[in-house]
Amino acid sequence: MNNTVIAYYPGCSGKGSSAEYDLSTRTVLRHLGVDALEVENWSCCGSSPAHAVDHVLSAALSGRNLARVRSMGHDLVTTPCPSCLSNLKNAAHAVRDDDVRAKVNSLLDEECPTDVEAISTLQFFLEQVGLDTIQEAVVNPMPTLRVVCYYGCLTTRPPKLMCFDDPENPMSMDNILECCGIEVIPFPLKVDCCGAAFGMPRNDISSRLSGNILNMASELEADAVVVACPLCQMNLDLRQNQVNKACGTHHQMPIFYFTQLMGLSMGLSKKNLGLSKLAVNPEPCLARAGVR
Amino acid sequence: MQAITIQEQDNDFRAEVERRSGQSMVECYQCGNCTAGCPFDFAYDLPVSKIMRLVQLGQREIVLSCHSIWLCASCKTCTTRCPNSIDVAKIMDVLRHMARESGHIKERTVKAFEDSFLASVKKTGRLHEVGVALGYEMRTGRFLTDIDLVQTMVSKGKLSIKPHSMHNSDQVAEIFKRFNGGIHE
Repeated sequence: MNNTVIAYYPGCSGKGSSAEYDLSTRTVLRHLGVDALEVENWSCCGSSPAHAVDHVLSAALSGRNLARVRSMGHDLVTTPCPSCLSNLKNAAHAVRDDDVRAKVNSLLDEECPTDVEAISTLQFFLEQVGLDTIQEAVVNPMPTLRVVCYYGCLTTRPPKLMCFDDPENPMSMDNILECCGIEVIPFPLKVDCCGAAFGMPRNDISSRLSGNILNMASELEADAVVVACPLCQMNLDLRQNQVNKACGTHHQMPIFYFTQLMGLSMGLSKKNLGLSKLAVNPEPCLARAGVR
Repeated sequence: MQAITIQEQDNDFRAEVERRSGQSMVECYQCGNCTAGCPFDFAYDLPVSKIMRLVQLGQREIVLSCHSIWLCASCKTCTTRCPNSIDVAKIMDVLRHMARESGHIKERTVKAFEDSFLASVKKTGRLHEVGVALGYEMRTGRFLTDIDLVQTMVSKGKLSIKPHSMHNSDQVAEIFKRFNGGIHE
């Protein structure tokens, strides 16, 4: 791909707890000839707290960002975060209804457009960059690295809204990583919930659910879990010691963003993929896989 | 299995849930698929399929005073698997809206997290993770929440004392001001 330009919505966690997802996504996109143009003056999509309080408020917070995309002259925006994606898609869908649109616009300075579409960066890689282009860029396959792909809830759900991949057995990340020369083993808990935003208010619940994912990955003798969601990553990686404490386990399971492994297979520097920002040290696992 | 004593039927309740969610309650024939797939069922006091039945029967008090509607994470497994294409997760959302409005707050920490999150967005336009944690601790008095994560977050450069800045964050504050309701700061 040569100099494709795409509007890019990083999401708030991309500026904080998932900085390495934002960094590795931009690094890999750039390497593949895609210019990710950050949405000018973007704001928070409202995430799950907004729709837990009110659907019009949620659509307005996301709708403001769709308006920002439109003002840049774009009708497609991509985001690495499934929660942002879900909210942006929900807003775009909601404003097709005249009554809802009027309510949403009554909260906004700039009207929410009806012709802006949002897709995940994962979908963009698969459908617009393509597996062939990805495969051509691979210089450092890692055939001894055994991983499981964990998609979480919102990447493909609900299917009528997300219109991407299979809601029960998604394969997009599996296929991309296999193209990168990585061994991907089938994972039965691909779309189970990690506990989402309950890490702070109900850690007992999120620890149990994240524990299920880590236990299964460990039973399958995976070297690492690969994710596409900042919240899943935080629950499994940063909170892994909390999970171990709650579940009486001793996992030291590295949790990569899929873009980090794509970048490594393309020979990109660890620094530009933010590998040092992962809480569970991935170096022993990478050393075993022959990655310098 | 827990037995529930049914109260007088309040059909306005069912009609309000239908209107606000855009879903038709009569479509639910109690197959139980939503409950079978619900990852939070172990933590629920009422299974989601039973909530659907209680809404059909107009049981306002029982439904709005349960814990489950606060513990739904909107993972959408129920919505994905409902054989009648009911957006069950949206109904759970609407029930939580109604519980907030009528002061039925059965999970105070969950509400405190949501309020802290939105207060942070209102203040700075983008979410400030430290701000959410502090807001949550102030609201709940649980001052040691996630204290074990601080050292790792600092060493990984993930804990920013200052919010990530944007221009015109007052435009976001205006959205909240116009919305004017539901969030208690």
